[in-house]
This record gives sequence, C-alpha cells and structure tokens, in this order.
Amino acid sequence: MSSNGNNGTNGNLPPGIKLPIYMDNHATTPTDPRVVEAMLPYFTQHFGNAASRNHQFGWEAEAAVETAREQIAKLIGATAKEIIFTSGATESDNLAIKGVAEMYREKGNHIITPVTEHKAVLDTCKRLEKYGYKVTYLPVKPDGLVDLNQLKDAFTDKTILVSIMAANNEIGVLQPVAEIGKLCRERGVLFHSDAVQALGKVPLDVNKMNLDLASLTAHKLYGPKGCGALYVRRRNPRVQISAIIDGGGHERGMRSGTLNVPGIVGFGKACEISRLEMPQESARIAALRDRLKDKLTGALDQVFINGSMEHRLPGNLNISFLYVEGESLLMGINDVAVSSGSACTSATLEPSYVLKSLGLGDDVAHSSIRFGIGRFNTEAEVDYVANRLIEVVSKLRELSPLYEMVKEGIDLSKIQWQTEGH
Amino acid sequence: MAYSNKVLDHYTNPRNVGTLDKSSVDVGTGLVGAPECGDVMRLQIKVNPETHVIEEAKFKTFGCGSAIASSSLATEWIQGKNVEDALKISNTDIVKELSLPPVKIHCSVLAEDAIRAAINDWKKKHPEAHAAAAQSEVNQAEVNTTA
Repeated sequence: MSSNGNNGTNGNLPPGIKLPIYMDNHATTPTDPRVVEAMLPYFTQHFGNAASRNHQFGWEAEAAVETAREQIAKLIGATAKEIIFTSGATESDNLAIKGVAEMYREKGNHIITPVTEHKAVLDTCKRLEKYGYKVTYLPVKPDGLVDLNQLKDAFTDKTILVSIMAANNEIGVLQPVAEIGKLCRERGVLFHSDAVQALGKVPLDVNKMNLDLASLTAHKLYGPKGCGALYVRRRNPRVQISAIIDGGGHERGMRSGTLNVPGIVGFGKACEISRLEMPQESARIAALRDRLKDKLTGALDQVFINGSMEHRLPGNLNISFLYVEGESLLMGINDVAVSSGSACTSATLEPSYVLKSLGLGDDVAHSSIRFGIGRFNTEAEVDYVANRLIEVVSKLRELSPLYEMVKEGIDLSKIQWQTEGH
Repeated sequence: MAYSNKVLDHYTNPRNVGTLDKSSVDVGTGLVGAPECGDVMRLQIKVNPETHVIEEAKFKTFGCGSAIASSSLATEWIQGKNVEDALKISNTDIVKELSLPPVKIHCSVLAEDAIRAAINDWKKKHPEAHAAAAQSEVNQAEVNTTA
C-alpha cells in the first residue's frame, strides 16, 4: 500500500492510528476474539457431527448447536426450533423465497419486493419469473423507504409473499418492518425480511414485527463467514417451505447438509454478545457516525447524504461528494477501506442501482462513498478518516472541471454532454 | 484493482492542471464525456499563431484515477508539438504508456477525444490553419508520388 506513494501522513500518524483502517463493516466484520475463542474447541476437541446420534462426539456437537440456536433465536424474539441453519444469507434468501413460492404455488404466484433489495433477493425473484411467477418491484421514496400506500396497492388475491429487507446494505435505511408486517398479516400474506444488516444493530422482534421468515448471517455481526440462518415461523401461522437442497433431511427437512458446528457456535456467541451490548454499542457507533458526518459536512460544500438519516443503521453513512468521482476518491484514501457506488468500482461498470432508485442522477451515485462503522472503530480513526477525506476531496475538486463550472455559476444540466459510447 | 505506477504517479502529481482563457483566439478548449458516465475531461491548448505549436496545455478531469492519468499524460505529450502532430496521438499509445487494463480503455479514448476536441475548437478560430493542414497533406502526397 505504501508503494502507492500518496500516504504522505504514514510516517507521522496521529496516536492510536494503525493503517489500514477498516470502515467497510456492511461488507463484512472482523470476527470478535470472544467469538473465535468460543469456536476453537469445536474444530479439534468437539469436532463431532451434530447428526451423529449414537456417540458422545455427536451429542456434544448437537448440544453446542442447540445452544447456538437458542442464542440466535433470543436476539430476534423467536424460539430455537424456528432457526434453520444455512451457509449464509444468500442461501437463506433463496430458501425463503423459492421455498415459499413452491410450497404455496396453488395459493398464488405473486411476490412483492422493493427495487433496493440485495441481489440475493432480486435475482431469486427474477428466476421465479422465468417459471411463471409474477413479481412487483416496488419503487422507493427519495429517502429510500418503501411507501406503505404503494405496498397496499400492490397486493393482489394471488400475492403469496412480500420480501422487504430490514436495513439496506448500501444506504443503511431501516424499512418500517412492523407496519409492513401488519399489512401482510391482515391480508394473510407471508412476510420475509432479509435482516442481515439489521441483526444485532437494531432491535428485531419477529412477533412484534409479524415476521414469518427472516434471513440472518453471522459475518455481519462479528461472527464467522459461511454461516447463516433462516428464521421460519412455527405458529400463527405455521410457515412451510420446500427445501432447495435435498439430502439427509437435516434441519427438519428444510435444509440438508452436515452442520457447520464451529461456525454455528460462533454465530450463537456473536448473537449473544450483540444482544447484551447492543444498547451501548449502538449509541457509541451512532455517535462516531455523526461525528464523521458533521466533520465532513462542516468542512466541505456540495455534499449530499443518500437515504434517510432518521431511519438508519447507527453505523451507516452514505455520502456523495459532488463533482468528485468515487473511485478516484478511494484511490486517494487507499489506507482506508470503504466502498463506493461509482460504476468504476463495480463489476458491472454500472453505478449503484440502490442510489439510482432514490431518483438521484448517475453523477450523484458516481460520487458516493459508503462508510460502515463498526465495533472496533475508534474516535481517533473517525477523525483521521475525516481529515484524509477532506484533504482528498479538496484536491480532486481542484482537478474537477465540473466543480469549477458550478463555482462559475454554470448549470451543468444545460450542457450538451456527449453521452454515447462511454 | 491494482494501478500501474505511472497511473499512480499522474494521479498523485497530476501535470498541467489548470484553466486557460477560453475566449482567447489562441486557445482551443475540448470538453468531453458526461457527468452521468462518471468521466468528464476538459483539455485546453494555447497555440502559437505563427508556428501552430502547442505552447501550453492544461486539463481538469472528473473521473477515476485512470481518467485523470490519461488526461495528465495527454497534456504532457502534446505540449511542444504542432497541432497536426498532436492529432497523431492515439488512445492505444496512452493505454500502452499507462498499462491500462481493458476496463479502463475508455479513459484513453476520452483523452484522445479531448485532444481532438481542443484542436478542433482552436481550428474553428483559425480557418487559415485548415488551409495550411490541407497544403501540407498535398505536399506530403507529392513527396509520396515522387518517391
């Protein structure tokens, strides 16, 4: 990293700063050392297969899995039997949506989901469309939230499932899950939520929110990667899903495959830590996020916060530095790990579809940076990141013809840009 | 993505950043790309009215590091060249010099477009330059015929 030549401050770092700084906690989180400690005995000592019913190794593994099931269930107000282990949230989303679609095919073939969902939900819905299902992709309001009236209008007598995420992975906005759950319950429609980003960060209660299915994963709340779960409601109503992975009939037939015991133990521990520490942790992280926001908006003009600030994850800040392109910004702060909605940073060379769905121009998406502040970030790190960013944005704006034109009072929308071919 | 050292160098120390007086008769301005595409380059040249040599080139770019490097390099290359020679610079030269990966080739195309747009703008202000260029082509043709 130092070979990049623009770490001018490397030799003279403020106290408490160790580079690189990780501030991309929506992508993944470091595993909490307490979680790792809980997992370790299950690799070498208690390595049994939880499905081995006739010896002690199997019993130990099974007991550990059941403890984890309870720890996870407790964080969302569910019962242990309602937790089905998977390989991660992508599988959980697939299992929930495809599983309901197949099981309730005779009841209807219509699914409702917003355009800002994760691809694990959107692409699953797209596949179902090929098999004759109808999907309504709900637009969102400029603040990123679903419009409940539009949702009400989208229900048909064929609607079997509504899938709406609890918190968005890019802009961090919290959907009105409880209200959505109520609308679904009144209509007898199942409600699935991808709760991956919300889990352990904001309170979730499957009963208060009328959630019927919820996708969960360990690695977004300081647990290990490769370990997820699907909450499947067992009463009022009893939700049934078809399996998408067939085999030994594990997880009550809903998900076959030998359980990842160390991962599950870690997932359980991570949920327990989050449940106990969430109130203090959320407040601390929200204060860090606000400190970052205030520093940036105080020092720089022409910055734009993407998504609702009011209904938002504590650790999320998605901000566009207008007239500066996101990838060039990331290059300038290469000792800080964050993400951008710029096309240049995506595999598809398209700017973020989530930001575009807010009605923002592509130029705003190109200029966006997503910060995900987490458990291990410090105030010193926030200050360092803010200062670096202010420095780099200012430098890049000196280089930006758009910033110069705007400062001269030129209306960029009136210019005939050559858009073809690029 | 890994950037080549040359891209990093131009990004860190961009050459010839700035603005020339676009109303001057000796200045040509090229503005290419679009904000919604994530790349806008403005390249300006100040041309000697007698020799048609580009005495000064300035740029400003909104875009990724490769776009900034491509335009910075373009200003370095065209400075001191006469306008006809500057037009011979192609995007593949830029790709090669900066070791741009395939996904960044459009940045080099944009830089080539910017050079052309700036020279065309200058030529519009200097109709006699068209005649001179046409004359030099004729001369070149004659040379080719005699050879």
